[in-house]
Amino acid sequence: MSELLKNIIRFALFIFVQVFILFKMPPLHRFITPYLYYLYILWLPFSMSRASLMSVAFLFGLSLDYFMHTPGLHAAACVLIAYLRPFVVNMLISQEGADKNYLSPSITSMGWAPYFTYVFVLTLFHHGYLVFLEWMSFGSFLYFIGKVIATTGISMLLVLLTELLFFRKEKFRTNTV
Amino acid sequence: MRNVFLFIRKYSNFLFFLLLQITALSFLFRYNKYHEAAFMNVAGEFTGSINQRFSKMESYFQLRKINEQLAQENLRLNQMMKENYEMAGGPNKIVSDTVQTDSLRLIRKYVWMGAQVVGSTVNSQVNFLTIHRGALQGVRPNMGVAGPQGIVGQVLNVSDNYASVWTLLNRQFKVVAKLKNGGERGTVEWDGMSPAFVTLKDIPKSAQVKKGDSVVASPTSSMFSGFPLMVGTIEEIVDDKSSNFYTLKVKPSTNFFNIEYVYVIENTQLSEQKHLEDSTRKKFQ
Repeated sequence: MSELLKNIIRFALFIFVQVFILFKMPPLHRFITPYLYYLYILWLPFSMSRASLMSVAFLFGLSLDYFMHTPGLHAAACVLIAYLRPFVVNMLISQEGADKNYLSPSITSMGWAPYFTYVFVLTLFHHGYLVFLEWMSFGSFLYFIGKVIATTGISMLLVLLTELLFFRKEKFRTNTV
Repeated sequence: MRNVFLFIRKYSNFLFFLLLQITALSFLFRYNKYHEAAFMNVAGEFTGSINQRFSKMESYFQLRKINEQLAQENLRLNQMMKENYEMAGGPNKIVSDTVQTDSLRLIRKYVWMGAQVVGSTVNSQVNFLTIHRGALQGVRPNMGVAGPQGIVGQVLNVSDNYASVWTLLNRQFKVVAKLKNGGERGTVEWDGMSPAFVTLKDIPKSAQVKKGDSVVASPTSSMFSGFPLMVGTIEEIVDDKSSNFYTLKVKPSTNFFNIEYVYVIENTQLSEQKHLEDSTRKKFQ
């Protein structure tokens, strides 16, 4: 399957899972909202330019917004992590040239610890910004801090489960470039 | 000039990032204030039809609960039938027919329209329902929405075949309600804490309030019919010593987690009332 087709299917699937499964669950606590959809942006290939990463993230966030009646809220957070993604990848990439030899960020291409640091940092940025925008309309500081911490914890758990259930085998491509 | 172009080229990514952020944030903040109808119109049809497919499947699992709700509603309505009240010795008073017809005046004030719920959120701070009935079927913004167990919310936006309803579980939604016993009016709103409770504010301390009392929609909100629709029952009375008003924790009678069918209530005389109120206000200006 071509990489483009795979990403298009993932786009629809992530939105579907987020809207019809995760957001349908009765909330455990007001601080806990299970977010997983932004993992799509973390899985996009290394080879995409920063501008195209941001455009895809904007469209992706906006399509979730249409379902949630919050125009621009998720789009803004998605664009932020798409912008920050290349910085974090460059800092955490362990092997020399791994971003050339592998297709996209994953446990195989980056290693366990760097990959989860990468997920954790971007999750924190995503949730921080999202809750900050929500907090500007209503809520207190305690709400802000509590919700960022609780949702980050839940999201990390969901990402770990997803990575273990749908283990992505990455082919090592030699002699590229 | 050359330096300007060099600057743009060097920071093109950052500028693009700023552009997208500003677009997204302007969507967000403009929506909160005026709420752009254009944003949801085309997309509302699309997300509505996807939501509908999903809820068709989901509603099979809810059939038993829906039946129970309908049976309870029928029971409540049957209790109010005129035939249940009969005096010994036959009628001793002549009552004129309650259904009056007059072709020149509209006497009927409220029209009820049924609709299926095809999408709902309960997780966020601003929760909505999407219903499968829109402008072509007579739904207009600002109409009241009630369910079999009590009030649900108000129509916010309509597309051709779908409408968005903001529910009691929306921090920007407020509705006038009154105590069923005393008739004191207050405002019902949600504090965003738990979807199981809403708050009723501005009830004067002179009111007789007990735990378990009913709270009903007030006709002064002009969205819900004069027939008292349930909002919920009082769960806890918070006695704030610094204020002359009670803050009451109310358990909504509508279950927002499994609501499947709602009624949209049209007030056919609303425009006349609004017109009068507006012209009265102008007299003071």
